[in-house]
Amino acid sequence: MRVPDQSRPAASSSSPVPDLSDYARQVRQTYRALLRRRIGILGVMGALIAGSVLLDFCLGPSGLSPSALVRTLLHPHDVSAGQSVIVWQIRLPYALMAVCVGAALGLAGAEMQTVLANPLASPFTLGVSAAAAFGASLAIIMGWGIPGVSDAWVVSADAFVFAIGSVLMLDMVSRRRGAGTGTVVLFGIALVFAFHALVSLLQFVANEDALQDLVFWTMGSLTRATWPKLDLLAAACVVVTPLSFRAAWKLTVLRMGEERAASLGVDVPRVRRGALLRVSILSALAVSFVGTIGFVGLVAPHIARRLLGEDHRFYLPGSMLVGALVMSLSSVAARNLLPGVVIPTGIVTALVGIPFFLAIVLRRRGLS
Amino acid sequence: MKTGLLAEHICVHYGRRVVLDDLNVGPFPVGHVSALLGPNGSGKSTLLRAMAGLGESRGTITLDGQDLSRLSFAQRTRRCIYLPQTLPATVHIQVLESLLAAQHATGWTPAQPEGDAVDGALRMLDVFGIADLAMRYMDELSGGQRQLVGLAQALGRQPDALLLDEPLSALDLHHQFAVMEVLRRETARRGIVTVMVLHDLNIAVRMTDYDVILRDGRIIAAGPPRDVITPDTLRATYDITARVETCSRGLPHVMVDGLS
Repeated sequence: MRVPDQSRPAASSSSPVPDLSDYARQVRQTYRALLRRRIGILGVMGALIAGSVLLDFCLGPSGLSPSALVRTLLHPHDVSAGQSVIVWQIRLPYALMAVCVGAALGLAGAEMQTVLANPLASPFTLGVSAAAAFGASLAIIMGWGIPGVSDAWVVSADAFVFAIGSVLMLDMVSRRRGAGTGTVVLFGIALVFAFHALVSLLQFVANEDALQDLVFWTMGSLTRATWPKLDLLAAACVVVTPLSFRAAWKLTVLRMGEERAASLGVDVPRVRRGALLRVSILSALAVSFVGTIGFVGLVAPHIARRLLGEDHRFYLPGSMLVGALVMSLSSVAARNLLPGVVIPTGIVTALVGIPFFLAIVLRRRGLS
Repeated sequence: MKTGLLAEHICVHYGRRVVLDDLNVGPFPVGHVSALLGPNGSGKSTLLRAMAGLGESRGTITLDGQDLSRLSFAQRTRRCIYLPQTLPATVHIQVLESLLAAQHATGWTPAQPEGDAVDGALRMLDVFGIADLAMRYMDELSGGQRQLVGLAQALGRQPDALLLDEPLSALDLHHQFAVMEVLRRETARRGIVTVMVLHDLNIAVRMTDYDVILRDGRIIAAGPPRDVITPDTLRATYDITARVETCSRGLPHVMVDGLS
C-alpha cells in the first residue's frame, strides 16, 4: 500500500495532498476488508460453538450418534423413554447452559474491563463469584427452605442476592466523588478476600453433609442446569445484550480515557452505571445457577481483544462468543476426561482455557 | 453574530479549596488562537474545563452570544470541545476507528462537506499530516503521534470552540510549530475559537493572538501577546526576571535572566 511520505512535515502545505483521494480509496478498501475479516472471525466462532455443542450432545457416559440425536429432537415419542430423558433433560440443558453461562460471563467480563479500565477486572476477580458462593453457602449451611420451592432454587436465589449486592457495592464505590477506577478494583479485591474468609468460616462450622454440598457448589458445575434456569439466563442475555451493543461506541471512546470520553460528550458515570447493572444481572444469574466459574470472564475479553481489536461493536460479541466456546469445550472435557465421571466444570474451564489463552496472548501482535 | 467565547463570574472549588472565584475572562476572539499562561496550579486547566462544562462550576459561559449552560451536556460538547492533557490511551484500535468512534460518541455525527465519515476522518488526519497512520493501531504509536490523533479526533467533530490543555506537551520542536501552524490556519478558516494552555512563552508571544495570564486563580493580564507578556507581568506571575527582546528578524523573544 502506498502511503504519503512519512517525512512530510505535518501540515506544512495548505493545499490538500493530491493523492489523498487515491489513498482514501485504499484505506477504505483495507478497512472494509478488516471489517469483513472480523465478521468472518465471529462467524467462525459461531460455527465452532455449534460444533462444540453438537459434540457435547453426542459424547458422554452413554454415547449418542448424531442421527439418534436428531431423531430424539424431532420425534421425541418414537425413541425409548430413557434416550428421550437423556437428551431432553440432561444433555440439552447441560450443553445450552454451557453456552449461555459462557456468553454471559464473557460479556460481563468485557464490559467490566472497559468501564473499570482494568485488564484484571472480571466477575470472579472482583468478588461477584465469591459473594455468590457465600450466599449459596449460607443457604446450604442454614438449610434454608421455602415450602413448595426446591432447595436448589433457594440456594441459587440466595447466591443471586449476594452477587447482585456485591456489584451494587462496587457501583456505590464507583459513584463516590473522586473514586477512580483503581479504588473500585481494590474494593473488589477486598470483597473477594472477605467473602472467601466468610465461606471458609461457614465450611469450618458446617456438618459433614452440608460441607460436601458446599464444596461441590463452589467448584461450579453445569449438572445443576435445568430448563427453567436456562430459560431465565437466556432471557436475561436476550434482554441485556442489545443494550450492551447499543453502548458500543461510547464504550470504545471510554477505552481511550475517561477524561477524553467525557470531553467527547460521553456521560461517563451514566455509561459506567449502565454497564455495571448489565454486568450484575448477567454474572449474578450465571454464577448463582452453576456455581463459581472462574476463568471465562477474565480471559474471554483478552482473547477477543487479540482477535478483533477493541472496537466494541466487535469486541463485545467476540468476548461473548469466546466465553461461550470456552465454556462449551470445557463442558465436553468435563464429561469425557475421566470415564464415567463428570468433573465440576469450574475445575475444567481453567484447564481448557489456559492453552487457548497462552496461545493467543503470547502470540503478540501476530494477529494485528 | 460571532462574538467569541466569554466566561463570566466563574467559581470553581475542589472540596474546600477555592480555585477560581468570580473570574471574568474573554471574550476569546473568533478566528484567532488564544493562550492561557501561568504557573502550575494557577487554575488554567480548571478554567478550560469549566468553559467546556466539565466538572462542577458556577458562572456563565457564552459562545457567540449563546449561553452554553442551556444546552444538554452532549450538545454542549459538540459546540465546545475540550482536549485533556493526557494522551489518548494505548488501545488496540486503529487510528481511523478511533476517529470514527470519537465522531459517534454522542450518537450524532457531524455532516461531512463531501464523502462519508471515513473520508472526513482521513481529511482530518491529513490536516495534521498523519494520514499515513490511518490503519495503524493506537498502541503502536509514539506519544506525539497519539497527541496528533487526539487533536484530529477533536477537530473532526467540527466544534465552534476548541479548548486544548497543553496540546504541545508530547510533541518535538518540529511538531510543536507544525501543530501551531495547523491550529492557526484551521481556526481562521473555520471561524472558530481556539484557546490553549501553553507553557512556552515564545510560542505564545509569536503564534497566538490573545493571551491571558493567570496566577492563583486571578488574572494578571489579558490582551494581545506583546501587551501581556512583559517583564513586569512575568515577574508578577512567575517570580522571574525576564526581558522581551526583538530578534534580528524583528520578532519578539522572551529571555529569562533568573529568579527575581
